[in-house]
Amino acid sequence: MNINWEFVLTSLPLYEKAAWLTLKLALWGILSSLLLGLFCSVILYSKVKGLDRVVRGYIELSRNTPLLIQLFFLYYGLPKIGITLSEQVCAIIGLTFLGGSYMAEAFRGGIESVSKSQIESGLSIGLSKMQLVRHVILPQAFSVTLPSLGANCIFLLKETSIVGAIALPDLMHVTQDLIGMYYQTFESLLMLVVAYLILILPLSLFLSWLERRVRYAEFGN
Amino acid sequence: MLNSGIDVLREGLNAERLLGGLLITAQIAFVSVIISSILGIIVGLVRTSKVRVVRFIFRLYLEAFRIIPILVWLFLIYFGVTNVFDIHLAGEVVAILIFSLWGAAEMGDIVRGALESLPRHQIESGKALGLSFWQLYRFILIPQAVRRLLPGAINLSTRMVKTTSLVVMIGVIDVVKVGQQIIERSVLKAPAASFWVYGLIFILYFIICYPLSILAKRLETKWER
Repeated sequence: MNINWEFVLTSLPLYEKAAWLTLKLALWGILSSLLLGLFCSVILYSKVKGLDRVVRGYIELSRNTPLLIQLFFLYYGLPKIGITLSEQVCAIIGLTFLGGSYMAEAFRGGIESVSKSQIESGLSIGLSKMQLVRHVILPQAFSVTLPSLGANCIFLLKETSIVGAIALPDLMHVTQDLIGMYYQTFESLLMLVVAYLILILPLSLFLSWLERRVRYAEFGN
Repeated sequence: MLNSGIDVLREGLNAERLLGGLLITAQIAFVSVIISSILGIIVGLVRTSKVRVVRFIFRLYLEAFRIIPILVWLFLIYFGVTNVFDIHLAGEVVAILIFSLWGAAEMGDIVRGALESLPRHQIESGKALGLSFWQLYRFILIPQAVRRLLPGAINLSTRMVKTTSLVVMIGVIDVVKVGQQIIERSVLKAPAASFWVYGLIFILYFIICYPLSILAKRLETKWER
């Protein structure tokens, strides 16, 4: 197999640009789905009447439909009823819609994992509600939640591979274009895989390191 | 204008065609889930092996599918392998191949997790009774493991069904592609068609996946001790 290095070098800037776009969309998607997830889990945890039903409905809807269809609906469907969003906004909304429910489940699992006796002990030594959350619930919930939050971050970063379908020049889109224009299939695919490895491997390694670091906070198991 | 859009769904054979596309999607998902369940059990059993090299290789296999997006895998086989080896593979074949391999890796991890979560003394008691290796698996380990792995396995299946929507990107005429064809054909007559067609596909996927999610949740609460 001969690799056409000249082609690799000339298309490198395209991949670099696409990787930055992928990273940018993933970052915004992750940040806003963390916020949405936290918001939803607080509503579920505190059982706000009526609102928790809406949140539960949203979670089911988002978990049981594919991102590709969500994006198509946002990008091609919504303009027909007068709502036109740019490609990037669509992608971020789509990622947030999808990621929010996964993050909410992760947060909920963490909060629920804190044992009742811990909360009662905290109350009995006279901690205020804020102190209880700050010193007892959060540290323990965090270490339980972290692995699934990390997995969700990687999941969202991978899911960005779909945004090429709504005409965003991400890694997939660039690869598809190059294959279509120059027939340098092998080189283009090689660069695609390398680009994803560069994006995801460091995050994956960092997360498993972080998981080992915070495990001390788990108590009683 | 919106009304003319929704009429597209009732026009001619459009609804039947969409359902036909959905059938292709469902077939790919169904075949892949079956293959990956069978392969996944084998992978899971092998991964409890004490040989380190074997464990490492299968770990690598799982991580490869966890780190590289499924769409990239589809591209790699559909464009790459066919190009390098100069063969032709239909999109459907590539889809089933990748979904089965991915599913087997994930299912293998679920099976392994379930087997390893069983208390050690179950194996020891079985051995003390003089059960053979196969009897041990057949009567003690597998029946207990199934309860622990079924919710996870069903959740994986919903993920696989959802992911089949990607096959449109490698040229399979699935429900999404049929939807696109209907929209393109009626672009002048009914400009709002895309709202209704994509909305319908969205709901169709939900109708398929939601019962599976409920089933997984039911089993989880039922078998929780």
